[in-house]
Amino acid sequence: MRTLINILVKELLQLRRDPKILPILFIAPVVQLTILGYAATTDVRRVELAICDLDRSAASRTLADAFTGSSYFRQVVAVDSSDDLDFWLDSSRARIALVVPAGFAADRAAGRPTTVQLIADGSDAMVGTLGLSYAQGTLQRVAEAGGFRLPIELRPQVRYNPDLVSRYFMVPAVLAMIIMIMTMMLSSMALVRESENGTMEQLLVTPLSPGAIITGKLVPYALVGTVEILTALPVVLFWFGVPLRGSLLTLAALTAPFMLCTLSIGLLVSTLARTQQQAMMITTFVFMMPQIYLSGFIFPIQNMPRIFQMITYVVPLRYYVQALRGVFLKGVGLEVLWPQGLAMLGLGAVILTLARLRFRSQVG
Amino acid sequence: MIRRILAMTVKELLQLRRDWRTAGTLLGMPIVLLLIYGYALSFDVRDIRLAVVDLSHSRASRDTVQSFLSSGYFRHVATIDDTEALDPLFDSGAAQAALVIPAAFADDIAGGRTTELKFVLDGSDSQTASTILGYARQIVASLTPGLYKVEVEPPIGAAPLVWYNPDLKSSIFLVPGLVAFILMVTTVIATTLAVVREKERGTMESLRATPLAAIELLIGKTLPYLLVASLSATGSLTLAWLLFDVPVRGSIGWLAVLTVIYLAGGLGWGVFLSTLAESQQVAFQIALLSSMLPTLLLSGFVFPISSMVQPLQVISHIVPARYFIAALREVVLKGVGPEVWWNDALALVAYGAVVLLLATIRTVRSL
Repeated sequence: MRTLINILVKELLQLRRDPKILPILFIAPVVQLTILGYAATTDVRRVELAICDLDRSAASRTLADAFTGSSYFRQVVAVDSSDDLDFWLDSSRARIALVVPAGFAADRAAGRPTTVQLIADGSDAMVGTLGLSYAQGTLQRVAEAGGFRLPIELRPQVRYNPDLVSRYFMVPAVLAMIIMIMTMMLSSMALVRESENGTMEQLLVTPLSPGAIITGKLVPYALVGTVEILTALPVVLFWFGVPLRGSLLTLAALTAPFMLCTLSIGLLVSTLARTQQQAMMITTFVFMMPQIYLSGFIFPIQNMPRIFQMITYVVPLRYYVQALRGVFLKGVGLEVLWPQGLAMLGLGAVILTLARLRFRSQVG
Repeated sequence: MIRRILAMTVKELLQLRRDWRTAGTLLGMPIVLLLIYGYALSFDVRDIRLAVVDLSHSRASRDTVQSFLSSGYFRHVATIDDTEALDPLFDSGAAQAALVIPAAFADDIAGGRTTELKFVLDGSDSQTASTILGYARQIVASLTPGLYKVEVEPPIGAAPLVWYNPDLKSSIFLVPGLVAFILMVTTVIATTLAVVREKERGTMESLRATPLAAIELLIGKTLPYLLVASLSATGSLTLAWLLFDVPVRGSIGWLAVLTVIYLAGGLGWGVFLSTLAESQQVAFQIALLSSMLPTLLLSGFVFPISSMVQPLQVISHIVPARYFIAALREVVLKGVGPEVWWNDALALVAYGAVVLLLATIRTVRSL
């Protein structure tokens, strides 16, 4: 126990001595979280709209007002001929165009059904898809304001996030991503730095067992990760106003196995790499980017081809993102999230064992 | 001067050939990453887990459920008799959407009265939820004529038309952005590390002792990387066209020009960062943070810039990938020429110039 404490103190002292590492560790996460929390939004608002009104009547202006009056659209131009739309869509200055045909007011006055044209820019498929669906919704509202009702009305009821604010889901996931990057990077340097500097031999001639060295390396980084979460959590809750419907205790109980995974992955990399540079490359490209993309954080897992869906089962971030979604938005506890916790615990244990075996065979 | 630069370039190329890791990162990594992520990433929502609460137990309600399932978007996970039982299904994520058919549904239809369907959604993934709601609306609208045996035409119909990507396939929109993302990350990281490594090993000193001027040193050092990165860009773009059906509607010449300017900016940034960092560890951290996150989040690759808060829209102007992705989509998907994207190209040139200038000043000062 005494020797363990000694190595812990040594590691923490070493961390403090690198003057550039502390700002990276503590200020960077908060700054990143603030910026990324704002940037990572899939809410589509203020879609650039071009209007081509060939009717020029009071009725067509009312229709145009229904579009420009909503926060979903922002009118960028009114053109007189549908040929002029080419330029606006080609240059991406407009993402969606509304063409009101001549005779629109006459049709409306006579009570005849009429059709307007909507043109979407498919090169940005996300904005295009949602822009079209908002436009159709707007048309329906205009029709309903005139007393029309579809015989079957679909009444949506959205749970957990009624206004569909993407920030509520994205910000906790960004937090998870930052914690993962920091802890994985730190621990991937842990052993390889000692070997590169030639101090590994010195460590090995001390009476410390390989297990104690590994524990001594991991615990300080786990502490750093915990402090990072504690600095970043207020930003999530109070700055971004993400509701925490579950308990902090559940959050802690699920964060611990996640950190076990990220730290063990880093450690495993540290035993695989011969130089710090290799360690960083392996961490980034083999462990970090796949986790970000295959976790369901930005791209839903259910949209992936079957084989990629299988791979996501060994991605710890996948479980943690699900856990965060559950704790923050759904307010559920371990009674629902135990499979996620168990999966992370299992993955963490397997990876840590692999890292210890590698380390032992290296020093032996 | 040209001879000295050339000599330096040849030396770097030789070194690069021996240093298979850096060369491999630059050449192979983009292609591997594109292969993996090009297939994996998509916003086209399928296999939506649908729970059904049928309180009507009628032929009309069964037809309604059937048309949801045969649309190809939904997968049936449970049929329950009680809306209370939906809670655990949604809490655990077993269901993403639920269709609740009221008891009076069939009677309303038989009597020619209007009726309603309740559609419950898991909003915790807001993007997916919006998409699902769009699908459900379409299906319900298409149901009406069959159930009511009348043609109902809305007073204002919409004739939607999608240009450039008629099926709204998300891969066509994501893959060009992915290429830009991968190229930026690999070039910045590889150059930063290559230069810092030289510093760490002390070989920078011996280069200083040669009659090379700082600017010659800089050009000689980045030129080989530009060459390798251009090769890998060609590979990635070819792959995008071959495997992911990304059409190349515009001019390949302009595409090459834009790509080289973009890569030069990325390399310049890498060299600039290398003058700030003393160790490979710090170099890697700042290279990663300054290339990967902005390019992922502030470039319009995934998240639409026009929907962001104002300060971020302003910040996004210094992210080169923003201009490259915009221009790339315009050249590749829209097939338009410089008269449309000249401002993006100009911004890329300006970025490259500023970054290379900064890199030169810093290098001169450190030598």
